[in-house]
Amino acid sequence: MSSDDGSSKKVSKKPRYSRFTQQELPACKPILTPALVIGILMCLGIIFIPIGLLALSASENVVEVVDRYDDVCIPSTDQKVGFIKDPATNKTCIRTFTIPKKMRKPVYVYYQLDNFYQNHRRYVKSRSDRQLWNPKAEYSTSLCDPEGQTGDGKPIVPCGLIAWSLFNDTYSLSKNDAALQINKKDIAWRSDRTHKFSPNVYPKNFQNGTLIGGGKLDENIPLSQQEDLMVWMRTSALPTFRKLYGKIETDLEANEKITVTIQNNYNTYSFNGKKKLVISTATWIGGKNDFIGKMYMAVGGTSIVLGVIFSLLYVFKPRPLGDPSYLSWNKNPALD
Amino acid sequence: MKLEDNTTHHDNPRLIHINDPKKTCDNSQFSGNEIRTSKYTLLNFLPKNLFIQFHRVAYLYFLAIAALNQLPPLAVFGRTVSLFPLLFVLTVTAVKDGYEDWRRHRSDRNENNREALVLQSDEFRPKRWKMIQAGEVLKISSDEAIPCDMVLLGTSDPSGIAYLQTMNLDGESNLKTRYARQETNKLFLEGTMISGIITCEQPNRNIYEFMANMELNGHCLPLSQSNIILRGCQLKNTEWVVGVVVYAGQDTKAMLNSAMSPSKRSRLETYMNRETFWLSVFLLIMCLVVGLGMGLWLNRHKSQLDTLPYYRKVYFQKGKDGKKYKYYGIPMETFFSFLSSIIVFQIMIPISLYITMELVRLGQSYFMIGDRHMYDSVSNSRFQCRSLNINEDLGQIRYILSDKTGTLTENKMEFKKASIWGKSYGDSKAGGSREIDAGVEEAMVSVRKWKLKSEITPDPELIKLSYKDLHGEERIAAYDFFLTLAACNTVIPILTGSPSISGSSLRDGHTSIEYQGESPDEQALVAAASTYGYTLFERTSGHIVIDANGDKLRLDVLGLHEFDSVRKRMSVVIRFPNGSVKVLVKGADTSMFSILKKDLPCDDRMRHVTQVHLNDYSSEGLRTLVVAARGLNGELLEEWQQMYEDACTSLVDRVVKLRQAAALIECNLTLLGATAIEDRLQEGVPEAIESLRQAGIKVWVLTGDKQETAISIGLSCRLLTADMHQIVINGNSEHECRKLLCDAKAKYHVNSASCFDDITNLKRKTELNFLEMASQKKSSNMSPQITGEEDRPTFGPLALIIDGNSLLFNLATLCMVVLCCRVAPLQKAGIVDMIKSRTDDLTLAIGDGANDVSMIQMADVGVGICGQEGRQAVMASDFAMGQFRFLKRLLLVHGHWNYQRLGYLILYNFYRNAVFVLMLFWYILCTAFSTTSALTDWSSVFYSVIYTSVPTVVVGILDKDLSHKTLLKYPKLYEAGHRQESYNMSLFWITMVDTLWQSLVLFYVPLFTYRESTIDIWSMGSLWTIAVVILVNVHLAMDIQRWVFVTHAAIWGSIVVTYGCMMVLDSIPVFPNYGTIYHLVKSPVYWITILLITVIGLLPRFIFKVCHQIFWPSDIQIAREAEILRKRRPFFGSNADQDSS
Repeated sequence: MSSDDGSSKKVSKKPRYSRFTQQELPACKPILTPALVIGILMCLGIIFIPIGLLALSASENVVEVVDRYDDVCIPSTDQKVGFIKDPATNKTCIRTFTIPKKMRKPVYVYYQLDNFYQNHRRYVKSRSDRQLWNPKAEYSTSLCDPEGQTGDGKPIVPCGLIAWSLFNDTYSLSKNDAALQINKKDIAWRSDRTHKFSPNVYPKNFQNGTLIGGGKLDENIPLSQQEDLMVWMRTSALPTFRKLYGKIETDLEANEKITVTIQNNYNTYSFNGKKKLVISTATWIGGKNDFIGKMYMAVGGTSIVLGVIFSLLYVFKPRPLGDPSYLSWNKNPALD
Repeated sequence: MKLEDNTTHHDNPRLIHINDPKKTCDNSQFSGNEIRTSKYTLLNFLPKNLFIQFHRVAYLYFLAIAALNQLPPLAVFGRTVSLFPLLFVLTVTAVKDGYEDWRRHRSDRNENNREALVLQSDEFRPKRWKMIQAGEVLKISSDEAIPCDMVLLGTSDPSGIAYLQTMNLDGESNLKTRYARQETNKLFLEGTMISGIITCEQPNRNIYEFMANMELNGHCLPLSQSNIILRGCQLKNTEWVVGVVVYAGQDTKAMLNSAMSPSKRSRLETYMNRETFWLSVFLLIMCLVVGLGMGLWLNRHKSQLDTLPYYRKVYFQKGKDGKKYKYYGIPMETFFSFLSSIIVFQIMIPISLYITMELVRLGQSYFMIGDRHMYDSVSNSRFQCRSLNINEDLGQIRYILSDKTGTLTENKMEFKKASIWGKSYGDSKAGGSREIDAGVEEAMVSVRKWKLKSEITPDPELIKLSYKDLHGEERIAAYDFFLTLAACNTVIPILTGSPSISGSSLRDGHTSIEYQGESPDEQALVAAASTYGYTLFERTSGHIVIDANGDKLRLDVLGLHEFDSVRKRMSVVIRFPNGSVKVLVKGADTSMFSILKKDLPCDDRMRHVTQVHLNDYSSEGLRTLVVAARGLNGELLEEWQQMYEDACTSLVDRVVKLRQAAALIECNLTLLGATAIEDRLQEGVPEAIESLRQAGIKVWVLTGDKQETAISIGLSCRLLTADMHQIVINGNSEHECRKLLCDAKAKYHVNSASCFDDITNLKRKTELNFLEMASQKKSSNMSPQITGEEDRPTFGPLALIIDGNSLLFNLATLCMVVLCCRVAPLQKAGIVDMIKSRTDDLTLAIGDGANDVSMIQMADVGVGICGQEGRQAVMASDFAMGQFRFLKRLLLVHGHWNYQRLGYLILYNFYRNAVFVLMLFWYILCTAFSTTSALTDWSSVFYSVIYTSVPTVVVGILDKDLSHKTLLKYPKLYEAGHRQESYNMSLFWITMVDTLWQSLVLFYVPLFTYRESTIDIWSMGSLWTIAVVILVNVHLAMDIQRWVFVTHAAIWGSIVVTYGCMMVLDSIPVFPNYGTIYHLVKSPVYWITILLITVIGLLPRFIFKVCHQIFWPSDIQIAREAEILRKRRPFFGSNADQDSS
């Protein structure tokens, strides 16, 4: 119970004046005047159209060769899975294509998988980041099941479904019968190489089970140098994705014939996934993608059109701003 | 409830053995005097606080979601992450509760350790308050606080009077008198120890009633409200009192009363719950889609699941070969997927909105309380927000039901006119005192020694009459008349500045008297009587002493029937020094004329003349009372005395028995005259009412006054204007009322067909017309504004009121103004209830007195005025203020702001959460329905707690569409609230469509941008996180009407904070998302994608907003433009001037 004794009575309770408490702070009160609206729309147009043009031209400059090989590099249509699973079969496959336009170095080599849900919850979670960095944490495999430990209880390093399903097709390129060097260094993120995959952790008991999911790892090379694994373990966001395979450090001229020798090891046949080899240059916008450019052009264009429409509206059917005669109680004349 | 209480009184009275605490407390367990207002102790704080917190549905929802997430197959988020939101709110609330409780502990300790004098082994010794027990005898000195509820046994005053200040209890600043029973007081003064038994009620919270008996030496003495002093009061003007403790500690009335009043729920919140239902439906649909999708997907890939690299449901290791891994069959997986999608989409139901709203209302109240325009310098009181749940209702009030006295008027009474023995006095205009002749002046001298606090100018003629020698009927009537004014009341004279009060020194110097009483009317009447030479200067429970023209007149008070709202009169039975007994009565005219003597023709004439005078008075807006008296002879007196005695000592039905006793003597009275008291209007009332009426609010005034008084007050406060048509309905029977109502309806084109639907439909139409035409200000001579005056027969059958309601209501809703006269307190609540049950419109009740409490509690919003009549109204109210005129500012300015802010806040919160959830939903469709979230767990949780919460609160508190000047200038802008412009169904659906669009943009722009690229899931998530945060904040920024630095800080700060959090999260190597943001920001595509999302997402909204403003500008929009441009124009103008000069 608050006491109102005599002493406090004399003190005025009048609220102290400050512009804050009286809600009278200096304020910016924007209103959508015609000039502002038209200005905003025109500005949008003026900014967006050039960006769109830039993006489009960047996308145009990208030269990209895509070659789907999963359906060609397999002999019979019925025994696809059996073929790919059999370690004894020869899975070498040779593909050739021509370079449509000059490709300046560096030329990137990607593999593209399709219908592979690397973003599936069971898959994304199936990894142990502690194990990758800390040699002492090799037993922290609780999240990695069913690829956490071997049958006799030894930890699998690196554990989990992601590592287990490591992509293991290999490509070797040659141009006019001369081998093209594919540089596989620095294809993973720097942060992954330096702070995530430890130089002191070596693969252990990897891919020893009865079911082989994908590539094997050299047990003598520390994880910090297993860049294919790093790339693979940055799981993709969408079920269709590319991953960097390597870089070609020479220019490729137009109309040059490229021959690719593919070791078609990776099993996408069991889930009808496609495999593609992509050779592409890159610009600031990344790979070949004109979506951004087109969208920017469209938004910019729309803004300008709308700006013009509004300008016309204000010219032909102006409404004076803040005119009290437009107030609802002033507008409706008497009914009788 | 009430019934139970009563029965317990009979069966189980509380027995107090005076000065024998052991015996008292042995028989039954009475609580000691230690009080505990704190809820917790150190030990039970955690469990109890948690228990109390989980009474809220919101927290239970959090808990359920967190619990779901702990199930292994559902673990969508990490363990700690999923508990974070719950822990966050729990901790914040617990810290707040803990702090409050600590303060309560401290004040309890201070209270409990105070000391009081307690009779211990025949001596008064100090004892700590917490040790005091029921049955003990305490001695309290002047200015000390009372430690517990006690029955007075004796006081320092021989007559047994004690004065109390009850400010802490009921807030009334005047002194109350309490009496010790003469019998015990005598014993005490003689120094005898008292032992006896007090039988009283079980503890209850009614501070205005107390019933008990004291058994003392074989006698049974009745004890009542006037014999008890309550904890929390302070002893004043009395040297000491001695009393026996009857209720201690938690049993005291003060403690029992400290419970909070039940909370109300705002209209907007009710609507919000309706929309929350829709959101739940959306949530359910999305979860079903995910669940079913999962089922179908599993079914399609049934054969592959064992080896599918991204599913792998089987172990292939030795030993566990063929064992299933986290797989429970398709139906179960479908169900689990349904549940886990509930976890992912949990914030679709904006539970945090309730917490946000509480914070926002708190902030709004801070500004309302701090508003200097609502500070009343007279009573030194700020605006008070007693309820924190209904701020926004203030912006949608359609009906104001106002009390008149003390609310519209100042409740400072001034005696103006009197009608004595058929003659009216006080009609002469100003300067009456100048005409006082010498003789009168001489007589006045004796009066002058009593100095009154409030002086009135006396009517010379009346003065002459009052000083004439005692002869003639008229003179006797005047004598009785003033005697009644002086005696028939409960006013206490407080004498100050005189050497002594005793009779012998009556002629010494001047003594100033201050009259203290509960009713200002009585004070005014007593003061008036004093002016005319009849000064009340001493009052005890047994007698009163009146100085009648210099003669000290000691009158024994045999009985007092206090005023009650049923009888509407009060009477006092006094015995004159010469032994004759008279009953003096004053009361409302309706209740008085029926009990007057009707034998003689001169009585009739008198009655008629007085009636005419009364009508005159009330048409001038004066409050009238009729005064009558009657001599009592032996037989009747004895009968009454017995009945009165019996009634007074009765524990059961005392009120009814007293009423019967009163009825016995309150009849056959001789009419003496009538009084008229002026109650001035409060400052600014006419202006306030006019503005409120323009704002489309219907003002109903409910008053106990007569029709004429009500109308004249109505005119003077511009409630009624000359261009209004008045409908007066004042039939005395059901039939008559019905007929009047029907006539009125026919006259004003309201179809009074029996079919109720017809009436309702028509009503709607006509109402609209009326409202619109009302705005064209008297242009047509047939102005359709109607004023209804309804005069309810006070003692009419209940059937009339109920039956008449449907008819009455149709008519009354058409009227801009309704005056209800002769309304009893319960009828006030009944009227509120009628409006509430028949319309969806919000009602606001405003009043100042105890008789308004029921109305205030019943209405959607109750406003109390801190006035003369105590604080019961304030205690029951949701908002309290010092003056009626603040209501205008409260509704038109703060109500409008609060409504606009909260309406927008709710919609925005719906949008903010839904856009996020929908974005997650679209992504889940791309992950084989596996409830993967691209966002990191922490970002998902932080989104509503940290990333976007602050701006909503800041905008909800600080945003302001129009300045208070504009709002007060155009009261009609208030109608935006009536039209529900800020929050309605269609706005909700528009918002939802917008939400859908924005979520699609959010999802698909990055999807197409990064289609067939090397983007990884964490980069995508990072992009989505920042994009959604920027999008919703820019969305908010687009709608902000008033940018102050706090708003800037909140909005742009939120985005910066989000970046900060993401950088921290991406710097921890053990998270799989390590390093993402650093990698992303180097890429220009990332930035232009964010820009693209923001622009495409908001462009339709922007265009919609612009089009809306061009083609269908709202009133608020126009007023806003006018306000801002007006400010800019002078600025530009002066610039131009400078240029030209």
